Amino acid sequence: MSAPDGAGPGPGTPPAEGEAIRIEGLHKSFGPNEVLRGIDLSVATHEVICLIGASGSGKSTLLRCLNLLEPIDSGRISLWGQEITGAGVDQNLVRKYVGIVFQSFNLFPHMSVLRNITLAPMKARKLPRAQAEEEARALLTRFGLLDKQYDYPDRLSGGQQQRAAIVRALAMRPQIMLLDEVTSALDPELVAEVLDVIRELAATGMTMLIATHEMGFARDIANRVCFLADGTIVEDAPPSRLFTEPRDERTQKFLRRIVEAGRL
Amino acid sequence: MSLGVGGPAPGSFGTTGRGPRLLSGGGRRATAVSSASTLVVLAAIVVVFLLAPGSAQVRHTFFNPTDMWQAFIGDPKKGYYSVGEAIWLNIRMFLAAEVLILIAALVIALVRLSTSPVAFPFRVLSMIYVDFFRGVPLLLVILAIGFGVPALRLPFVSTQSAAVYGVAALVLSYSAYVSEVYRAGLNSVHLSQVAAARSLGLSQASSLRYVILPQAVRNVVPPLLNDFISLQKDTALVGVLGAIEANEAAQIYSSTVFNYSSYAVAAVLFLILTIPLARFTDRVIARDRSRRLAGSAP
Repeated sequence: MSAPDGAGPGPGTPPAEGEAIRIEGLHKSFGPNEVLRGIDLSVATHEVICLIGASGSGKSTLLRCLNLLEPIDSGRISLWGQEITGAGVDQNLVRKYVGIVFQSFNLFPHMSVLRNITLAPMKARKLPRAQAEEEARALLTRFGLLDKQYDYPDRLSGGQQQRAAIVRALAMRPQIMLLDEVTSALDPELVAEVLDVIRELAATGMTMLIATHEMGFARDIANRVCFLADGTIVEDAPPSRLFTEPRDERTQKFLRRIVEAGRL
Repeated sequence: MSLGVGGPAPGSFGTTGRGPRLLSGGGRRATAVSSASTLVVLAAIVVVFLLAPGSAQVRHTFFNPTDMWQAFIGDPKKGYYSVGEAIWLNIRMFLAAEVLILIAALVIALVRLSTSPVAFPFRVLSMIYVDFFRGVPLLLVILAIGFGVPALRLPFVSTQSAAVYGVAALVLSYSAYVSEVYRAGLNSVHLSQVAAARSLGLSQASSLRYVILPQAVRNVVPPLLNDFISLQKDTALVGVLGAIEANEAAQIYSSTVFNYSSYAVAAVLFLILTIPLARFTDRVIARDRSRRLAGSAP
């Protein structure tokens, strides 16, 4: 987002409505392996989209492309009408709008929880330390982690670590959150606490793209569910429709396997 | 439990204080046993040394207290220097070299790991540099710098003391090694940490400075300090340029008085330097571990 003076959304001035994300003809390969083969997707502001599909179907890659962690091969991605995949885009500015949370938390192990959260606001948003810490503590309080602020990540449970990672992404005040299978590395009894955090985010109107294997959760929270297979979006429908009467054969097959595994 | 006569009764493992233990300490009894075994081993070595046929001669030539003291304090009127004073030159050379090596090696490692196409020629240069200086014996580097640079008769550059050329040679050689240590450390930080840092909007420089480097350096503190223990000793090689460091002073003593006890003095002084550094390394590692596991307030 090259955001020339006032032309686009500058930090702190989010366009509150309209189309937040537009993806057109997105292709991405890793060597000979073409992971994304023409993705088209439009996401409205405040919309929550769940991406489902088998492992290797490209859900994670799609999210990483949106955060510009993976350069794309062809196609384009725009945020609020501004292309972010062209030349001369300030990647760091884009990332201030688009937060991402990973399956494996990826907290910084050599820093306390508080420092994990304040680092990017201090260095990228240039907040003074006191203000960054105040904001971080407000977020930690909201997500029930204030008593862990001085702990190092490996002292926390998986659920606490993942919540801390979500807080860390939120501390940059993103307009869009990308969640990449954030409960897949957790013990079953820790999944709920993380899903609750995501529900709360959805309730505040956060625009979210969520790659997940939690079908029940996807049905509850998503405005739309996209089923990915073979590097394309095979089916894109509201959860009430997609989970009850999937139209594509591959979707039907995938959901049947999920039901047989007792996950829906 | 029908195995073993006198084995513990079922359900009583560990209650007798003789449960199966591998390397774990067993309290006071284990301390006593380990002290006793240490004493026995040491005593055996001393006995062998004392009973060897040439023992008296070796003790006179290498460990003569009078000569050791004379070498330690020195006597310029008799033509030899104080080894105790000369060790300060080793310490000063070591400290100067260490700081310069830490900086130079980091730059070399970062250049080698850079991915930008613009940096390609520098990547090649740093690779050649590392290959060259790891391959050439340090002694040859010291001789080349120490005798070669003055022979150039350049202003300033060619008029430095032997110790300065020695430090320059140590920096050239050790930076190649230490850059590889850094490189291993940087590679040991998982790529997901880079992704996490960049995804938060941190610039490449900030990611490196606050996320990658601290973890990389922490991972390589032991090998890094290991190289510095080695560096402390290698300052002795600078003596070949005529700098009066501990080893050179000891050599002058031995060739003046024809007694090698001065070398024993130098050895003891080097040990006094290196052992604290080794213990310090252990403490740094232990402190870092306990802090991360304890999760205490800052």
